[in-house]
Amino acid sequence: MSYINTHVRWERMTLFGILFLAVMIPLILPIGWRTDVSPHVQMVYDLVDKTPPGSAILISFDYEPSTMPELKPMAMSLVDHAWQKGHKVIAVALWPMGVQMANDVFSELTASPSEISSDEIPDVQTTDVKEKDESDEMMTPAVSANSIRRYSSKRYGIDYVNLGFKSGAMVTIKAMGRNIRETFPTDTFGTPIDSLPIMDNIVHLRDLAYIISLSAGDPGLKQWIMVAHDNFKVKVSGGTTAVSAPGFLPYINNRNQLRGLMGGLKGAAEYEKLMGTFGPASIKMDSQSIAHVIILVFIAIGNVRSFRRRRKQRQARDKE
Amino acid sequence: MKRTIPVIITFVVGMLVIISEFVPHKPFGSIAGTLENWFLIIAGFAIILGVLSLLRMSGHKINSKAPNWQYYLAGIISFSVMVLVGVLWGMRESRGIFGDGENLFNWLGAKPFDYLFNNFFIHLSATMFSLLAFYIASAAYRAFIIRSFESNLLMITAVIIMLGRTSLGNIMTGWLPQNMQFLHLPRIADYIMIYPNSAAQRAIMISAALGVIGSSLRIILGIERSYLGGGN
Repeated sequence: MSYINTHVRWERMTLFGILFLAVMIPLILPIGWRTDVSPHVQMVYDLVDKTPPGSAILISFDYEPSTMPELKPMAMSLVDHAWQKGHKVIAVALWPMGVQMANDVFSELTASPSEISSDEIPDVQTTDVKEKDESDEMMTPAVSANSIRRYSSKRYGIDYVNLGFKSGAMVTIKAMGRNIRETFPTDTFGTPIDSLPIMDNIVHLRDLAYIISLSAGDPGLKQWIMVAHDNFKVKVSGGTTAVSAPGFLPYINNRNQLRGLMGGLKGAAEYEKLMGTFGPASIKMDSQSIAHVIILVFIAIGNVRSFRRRRKQRQARDKE
Repeated sequence: MKRTIPVIITFVVGMLVIISEFVPHKPFGSIAGTLENWFLIIAGFAIILGVLSLLRMSGHKINSKAPNWQYYLAGIISFSVMVLVGVLWGMRESRGIFGDGENLFNWLGAKPFDYLFNNFFIHLSATMFSLLAFYIASAAYRAFIIRSFESNLLMITAVIIMLGRTSLGNIMTGWLPQNMQFLHLPRIADYIMIYPNSAAQRAIMISAALGVIGSSLRIILGIERSYLGGGN
């Protein structure tokens, strides 16, 4: 019995060791595999891309640090894209820690390249995008591949705002549908909403061009679809962790309940591809791809062992 | 009386909210709006309830030296430290009792709360979530065994999805000519996700929705009273 326990423990440790190396090596030495863009991610991209400049949009940060590796790259690409198109970004959070997640994304994208530490994003160059006037803001900045754009000239309260967290999930969204200003009388820093120019003329959810929820669970994208789209007819799109993406596919239908979906790291990498950047999701996709293959190899080995064991048992029975 | 009044309140409020969905005009629309505002306020207080429950449960485990009581102690200490530094020096977006704590800010490079959040909490949370990968690998090795037609089907689907959702699937079948593109792994994976998966998901969602309607009606009509506590 002791031998079996030791054997199982060693077997498990070997599996863990191999998987650890399979994840770590591509992170340190990125391979650079690119992925095909799926129709659902293309839908999200088109929604952002075809919205007129100057539109106010809402991104709901419904995740916490545990799911950051999957959802933060989506948030970075989405805010980047929205700012490229000249949209005004309003952030809210249905999860308490979503507030910090939003602040994190905004501060990273508005930091000047010199402020970014070299170990923050390995092997990714940064390009600062400065808008001089309204017309410049609408232009797509000319950046090379392998770059993350920085918008050091974007100003809080004018180009973006973080309204913070509000408990209540579905009821909060319903209340926002009736009146955003009553639901969020101040932003997360305590600044009255009336003194924020970005919030001028924004009263209801209907005043927003689209809503994107980056959702790690409940409450999140599902509630936005059920209330913001189904009750208030606002365009809703989103990104989720890979594990919960299959549950949202029925909402992508001819009623346009959900306009596209980014599922997990692959969805984020696909969006980066559409954006022409090689960002954190693309780098991590190499690790994920290798890890998936390793797991498949484990499954194959497990099946061969099981098959041999069953054959032995059958032979032993036949002898008896 | 202790049970009758809450049941009456639940019935009246439940009926008002249902009616306001079908008749969104005065007075039902405005009543539902007021009720929603009340809900938001009460939901805020739920945080206090959660904290009290956490402290009471953890305190009980520590007092009775329950198995792994040390972890509950670590939980209370971590919770208290975060609350304390948050109250004393605030967070990035707010000031604390002692202001912004400039000296600590200069020393740590951030406010103490943000420092702990960014350097401890984020990494610990990500680590906890990442451990899933190891357990999944180990579980897949032991449990994903072909024993029957159904398990065979499940495994073939899993292999296609796993390969189709990675860059490697793209490389493996990306070379196929245009007239064979239906065999491209990401395409097969997308097909499985969009059609069989969505059909099954819809069935589950509709069943769950019917279940929710049923249990909600039971609560509104006072048939289901377990939410009031106190046994049956």
